Amino acid sequence: MTSSTPTLATEIEATTGINPATCYQCGKCSAGCPMASESDLRPHQVMRRVMYGSRERALQDESIWLCLTCETCSARCPKGSDPAGVIDALREISIESGMATMPRAIGAFHKTFLEQIRANGRLHEVGLVVGYKLRSGALMNDVTNTPGLLSRGKLSIMPHKIKGAAEVKRIFDKCGVNL
Amino acid sequence: MSTVVEGAPAPATSGPAQSVLAYYPGCSLHGTEPEYDESLRAVVEALGIAIAEIPDWNCCGASSGHTTDHLLGLALPARNLALAEAAGFDRVLAPCAACYNRLAAAHLAVAEDAALAEQMPDILGRPFANSVDVMSVATLLRDVAPAIAEKAAAPRQTPNPMVGVKLASYYGCLLVRPPELAAGDDPERPMFLDDVVEACGAEAVDWNMKVECCGGAFSVSRTSSVLRMGRAIIEDARRAGAEAIVVACPLCHTNLDLRQKAMESRGEPKMPVLFITQVVGLALGLSPGSLGLKRHFISTEPLLADLAARAVQRVADERKAAEEKAAKAAAREAKAAEAKAAVAAEPVTPDAGGDA
Repeated sequence: MTSSTPTLATEIEATTGINPATCYQCGKCSAGCPMASESDLRPHQVMRRVMYGSRERALQDESIWLCLTCETCSARCPKGSDPAGVIDALREISIESGMATMPRAIGAFHKTFLEQIRANGRLHEVGLVVGYKLRSGALMNDVTNTPGLLSRGKLSIMPHKIKGAAEVKRIFDKCGVNL
Repeated sequence: MSTVVEGAPAPATSGPAQSVLAYYPGCSLHGTEPEYDESLRAVVEALGIAIAEIPDWNCCGASSGHTTDHLLGLALPARNLALAEAAGFDRVLAPCAACYNRLAAAHLAVAEDAALAEQMPDILGRPFANSVDVMSVATLLRDVAPAIAEKAAAPRQTPNPMVGVKLASYYGCLLVRPPELAAGDDPERPMFLDDVVEACGAEAVDWNMKVECCGGAFSVSRTSSVLRMGRAIIEDARRAGAEAIVVACPLCHTNLDLRQKAMESRGEPKMPVLFITQVVGLALGLSPGSLGLKRHFISTEPLLADLAARAVQRVADERKAAEEKAAKAAAREAKAAEAKAAVAAEPVTPDAGGDA
């Protein structure tokens, strides 16, 4: 690798200011991670892969999509290495480089969520759930909750489109987010 | 007169907007968690705090926005700060912990990054000076806790039902993390919600899970994780003796209230999950209906009935104790007066000892 090709760690440092090399693998992040028991890679292992420069293996792993962004890891990191910030950066790079392997349900949720905002400026929960179901295939998910939500006045059937919807759409374009 | 103003006040550089808080309800308060909006509006009105909804606000993007694109995750909330600024506000109130976190993150990022500050007006297509501070409902209520305590303790027809109830204050993630955005004190052992709970006359229990994650945005896309995390939180609150959990976030509420019936309960009674604004509202004497307490999936009625009965009993006990005390004091006084009278009535016997 030549000096002109940035490593994953230097790429993350250049865009976020976080230096993953400061991590000394104490594992405190993983000890507090609420998703550690469900992830192949725990936060300190993600940090290790980034430091090793195993680009594909860091970017293609599903674990970065199982992060809830609860920030427990970063709040407790004794070195200020910000694992949550690194994982945020990995997700973004993996989308940009077409390497993202997010679980279908989670990908469907994010995409439908952002489409809703791009179209209307606000989230419409009925639209979110319907779009999510179609995309994820989880058609029966939460069907039993629908009557309860309706009777409690918790579901609005029609989306609310804000006056500045075009402005919001423009923000997506300016940020280079194409759905 | 209502202190809740609809729409924005006239754009002003001097004047009324400074005392009125910009209100950013966020999508959940207009959707699945209207009771947080209802109870917040009722409570600020009772406390004499004026709020006005930001006109034409947009979704802050939490959490899909920042999860997929850093800049989008800052620009979406920044538009709301720009709208509040244009309407002449200097503070915005965000009841949802996720919205609070995104608005505060945008405010901080722009304050710390000159290049981003320069870029933002172009991205937003609006002027943006980043002059508006962001506050959570938890800190707003903590700041007025003495006023809440005074009103909660004031004598009134229906006694304060919150006195002595054991509540577990649940902070979750986004009110306390990342620490630079924390709405209050220690991010590992925060007390600002506990302080509000105690101002209401309730007892804030000491428990372990107050800053654990509830599963947040995975409520729909990975429900199994949310059930696992929620179960642990509810079981710990129960172990600590809590009669209800108190939250200040609509996502936490959905995950702990709506999802609770899907958690294995091992025959345990269900745990009501109350918004902090509902707890304050009850302590101030507002009706459960006006606070949206009937909208929950885990019924609050058994708890409210029990609390009302306990409050009546407490007032009766207090009255009885006061009466007994008064009676004792009266008896003591009577006895003292009697003794005094006896001393006065007794003939003064001359000191004959020396003459004997």
